[in-house]
Amino acid sequence: MTVGGWLIMILSVGIVTGMLAWCIWKVLTTPGSTEHLHSQIDIETPDLRENDNGGEPSTPGAPA
Amino acid sequence: MSQQLTAPGARVRETWGSRIGVIMAVTGSAVGLGNFLRFPGLAAKYDGGAFMIPYVVALLLLGLPVAWVEWAMGRYGGSLGYNSSAGIYRAIWRHPVSPYAGILAMLIPVVIYMYYVYIESWCLAYAVRYLFGMMNFGKDPARYEQFFSEFVGKGETGGAFTSADGTVLGSAVFFLVLCFLLNFYLIYRGLTKGIEWFCRWAMPALIICAIIVLIRVLTLGTPDPSKPEQNVLNGLGFMWNPTTKHTTIWESLANPQMWLEAAGQIFFSLSVGFGIIITYASYLRRDDDIALSSVTSAAGNEFCEVALGGMITIPAAFVFLGYSVIENPPGTFGLGFVTLPNVFNHMVAGWFFGFLFFFLLFLAAVTSSLSMLQPAIALLEEGLGLGRRAAVAVLSFVTAVGSAFVVFFSEGLIALETFDFWVGTFAIYLLATFQVIVFGWILGVEKGFEELRRGAEIRIPEFFKFIIKYVSPVYLLIIFFAWCYQEFLASGVALQKLKTSYIVQASVAFILLVTLFFGLLVAQSVKRWEKLERRKTKGIS
Repeated sequence: MTVGGWLIMILSVGIVTGMLAWCIWKVLTTPGSTEHLHSQIDIETPDLRENDNGGEPSTPGAPA
Repeated sequence: MSQQLTAPGARVRETWGSRIGVIMAVTGSAVGLGNFLRFPGLAAKYDGGAFMIPYVVALLLLGLPVAWVEWAMGRYGGSLGYNSSAGIYRAIWRHPVSPYAGILAMLIPVVIYMYYVYIESWCLAYAVRYLFGMMNFGKDPARYEQFFSEFVGKGETGGAFTSADGTVLGSAVFFLVLCFLLNFYLIYRGLTKGIEWFCRWAMPALIICAIIVLIRVLTLGTPDPSKPEQNVLNGLGFMWNPTTKHTTIWESLANPQMWLEAAGQIFFSLSVGFGIIITYASYLRRDDDIALSSVTSAAGNEFCEVALGGMITIPAAFVFLGYSVIENPPGTFGLGFVTLPNVFNHMVAGWFFGFLFFFLLFLAAVTSSLSMLQPAIALLEEGLGLGRRAAVAVLSFVTAVGSAFVVFFSEGLIALETFDFWVGTFAIYLLATFQVIVFGWILGVEKGFEELRRGAEIRIPEFFKFIIKYVSPVYLLIIFFAWCYQEFLASGVALQKLKTSYIVQASVAFILLVTLFFGLLVAQSVKRWEKLERRKTKGIS
């Protein structure tokens, strides 16, 4: 392992770990964050609530 | 989301538990096969340390900006009543060509799904085999490589249809069918919310399991005293040293394909440039946060990829298998399936950790694959007026044909690798370029940032306006043209592969066929939207 290798490893791992730590701190200290933060897996698509009637689930151009 | 209502209709009361639940859900959402399997395979292909330079540059100048672009455009399109990427592009850019860019946004997740679900099934197979004590091949590292080759049928076309050990648990096809049925049952019945709760706890478990494996890798020392150069420090050196015995850092950095694949890996693992986020973002409320959500998701993903995936697989591959396997890795996704069983073989209760790691990785993959079909489902619903279950049935047929194609053309995993390169890297790259240009130059960076900042829990720095408008598109275009020049004119490698391998030719033809299918769907959707708009205009007048 060369000096360059150590440098790239410390910088790469440090950047991603620091970024994650900052995000965790931000979520934990921001009031109301649980109401507003989302990820793909917790977004419920409206079609899951609709019956499968083969009709028109949404009308394009109309606000969702 | 984990929330506690104190009374019906009362405001949500936040607790530490609910906040940690949010962090787990958001960071865990992006974790998948790309982190622990694809990233190490690519880093090995491009000599480790040198690869990290374009990788980190791509994360900062492309990954985060394009993630914000997709979330903002998606939510904006949703406010106009569209959920499919074709509809959203059409709403933002009123040009006859714009909805056809949506072809890529469906092609990418659907084709990736075709091989992703196959790799997902390998994870399940390894987990089950560990549970039944069928993964102990002794001390010889080459045996693990041999098993993987036989399991996926690398030796010949159609080889995956034969069991690697004569039992049903040695059949890749058996596990693929299981995974395929599971995925479609969950999507068809709309049970994705159920596994969200499960995965909120499975993802941290995967990270803890990976940290335990990492500790074991870092304490391996020199497992085979007859090969003293194959030690952990040299393994780490292979992963992180910018210069290798063959190439200098400058020679590596002069390769445009490395820059293209580094950007492609960032897009792949963050799930940006896929058309997935733009669809999901369209279902959000106007005041939901998209800025901190996307950064937190990216941070969790990068931690798993660089600090865990990068520190485990390649050093372990070097320690057990030496230069040969790293210089000729068993496919981009295959390295982990050859390397990690060797690590588990050197661990106390290795069968348990092997089972746990591959099973949790399987769950992470399931959460990713479930979201991959939503962009195409949205178009089939919105553009053709199909119901969800009919849309899922259509897609199940298309993806089943694609997965069967990948499994059949198993020789050297060429079909899988061809799909992964042309769709999992090249097409993602094209779509990301299109989206960043639409956001910066057509929607307008000011209007785009206004959308991005609505409800944001963090303030995105002003200089990102300049990055999104100028730096990201220029960066993407320069690498793209340099790569085209190298591959098609200077070296002609891409053309050579296309000319000489019938599997590559068949794979590219298959991708074009799927592209045509989605092209026809988009054309039909455009007609339907125009008809609905005319009807609406007449109604108003």
